[in-house]
Amino acid sequence: MPQPFRIAGASGFWGDRNDALLDQVRGGPIDVVMLDYLAEVTMSILRMKMMRNPNQGYAGDFLKALDPALHDIVERRVKVVTNAGGMNPRACAQAVVELARKKGIPGLRVGLVTGDDILGQLDTLAARGIALENLDTGGAFSTIRERVLSANAYLGSEPIAEALRAGAQIVVTGRCTDSALALGPLLARYDWAPHDWNRRAAGIVAGHLLECGGQGSGGNFAGGWEQVPDLANLGYPIAEVEESGEFVVTKHSGLGGLVTPPVLKEQLLYEIGDPRAYVTPDVVADFTSIRLEDLGANRVRVFGIRGEPAPEQLKVSVSYQDGWRNAVALTFVWPHALDRARATERLLRARCEKRGLDIDEVHVDLIGVSGAHGPLAPAPREEPNEVLFRMAIRTRDRESAKRFGEEIAPLVLSGVPGAASGLLSGRPEESVIVNYWPTLVPRDSVLASVEVLES
Amino acid sequence: MRTVLYNLAHARAGDKGDRCNIGLIARRPEFYPVLVREVTADRVKHLFGEWCKGPVERFELPNLEALNFVLHGALDGGALASLRLDTQGKTYGFALLRLEVEIPEALRVETLI
Repeated sequence: MPQPFRIAGASGFWGDRNDALLDQVRGGPIDVVMLDYLAEVTMSILRMKMMRNPNQGYAGDFLKALDPALHDIVERRVKVVTNAGGMNPRACAQAVVELARKKGIPGLRVGLVTGDDILGQLDTLAARGIALENLDTGGAFSTIRERVLSANAYLGSEPIAEALRAGAQIVVTGRCTDSALALGPLLARYDWAPHDWNRRAAGIVAGHLLECGGQGSGGNFAGGWEQVPDLANLGYPIAEVEESGEFVVTKHSGLGGLVTPPVLKEQLLYEIGDPRAYVTPDVVADFTSIRLEDLGANRVRVFGIRGEPAPEQLKVSVSYQDGWRNAVALTFVWPHALDRARATERLLRARCEKRGLDIDEVHVDLIGVSGAHGPLAPAPREEPNEVLFRMAIRTRDRESAKRFGEEIAPLVLSGVPGAASGLLSGRPEESVIVNYWPTLVPRDSVLASVEVLES
Repeated sequence: MRTVLYNLAHARAGDKGDRCNIGLIARRPEFYPVLVREVTADRVKHLFGEWCKGPVERFELPNLEALNFVLHGALDGGALASLRLDTQGKTYGFALLRLEVEIPEALRVETLI
């Protein structure tokens, strides 16, 4: 029987473990490592970094992960596919080439996928009559046009496959779907036909299981976290994909973690909407068709997956400036900690009014009692020993948000008694809210392009 | 007979814009019909109350013995704008598992909580 094609996950977001890549490369035989760095929040942060420095705007953590692993990657001929390019994939790809030169690795071929950044085309699109209205709320684009910071279309797997076919060993993209990081290498390996929707859907499902790193192999597992071995050395998931599209999810045996049907179910359901239609630029996958079979020893067979034709439109993630926020916090101790926290809320509201702060919205958390779940949390049965009072605000103008942060420290001397430190700074700084505007554009308005750089 | 949903199911929650989705997975195959019968979209909407401003949709995945709930307008404007402690609603799965449900007398359920 031919060897399956082994894809290993090594990052689930920007901020994930940087040593997972080396663990995956050294832990056993694999063909490709995929590293996802981009969440909805990430692109706007990267945009702001790039505005400050045109050589920034990508997930620099990728270089930190790659540095200690690059020699092994080259020696073992493992391919690496990542969307670490973020807002600035060219700078990221060049940094990889530079790293290879510095490490004395000549001839490393680095694929670069661009074309997702359509910020410069928004007015042309509008002139074509494309509304760019908010996919979730139906809101009109004109309400945010002047405050737009970035606009990136979600690319699919084809440009990744093209870069690999052109001989790239490392492929860097900007915004592509997380799951394309798996389907791209599969298309390059197996040449599945463009209308082979079922196998493409299988590739997307494999990608969905790998795109969140450790969450696909026992991390953040609510269905029995006590039984997951050695989270400190968590082995991220690996998909062994057959040409038929069937695959087995597993992990390297020398590392921690757990691969069982309940673990995979949690990840399959993560961040999805209608399971019958998981929409990607490559295919619409039907998650109600997915079958799991426990093979034991951290191996689960995944099969039966069906797909429907890819959509005519591509999703675009627009980010825009949407006001300011700030938050203050203080810890109150027994007795009557809750009463004193509530009194502090009233006190702060009165101070905001006296100081003339223009506040749109106030939110109060009583952490230790109802912080995470608000009205869903039951009333405490007895006096808590302590409560962390947190008050957060949203404003239109920066000054109000800034001055709100000045109101917490004085309460230690001029407020109600029994306040310890509040975890947050004594004078917390305001931060800009960069919000997210999902929309759709016609497929033909986005042109991906592929180049290969070389060290 | 009544039990806490935590004893029957586990859950993972995530965000997409201002929507929170909660995947609810039966701990044993025989618990799945109980989830389908007891954990309706209406009950979930009622449980989240003012914290979920829009409708709740429910989707069935009998192949995984699981339900997927999509809570619209449940994240205070979305993770990027939210003032809440849990901006992404990652803990909302546990909030759902607090629900009390009716189970058949004959069903053997291990008490986990």
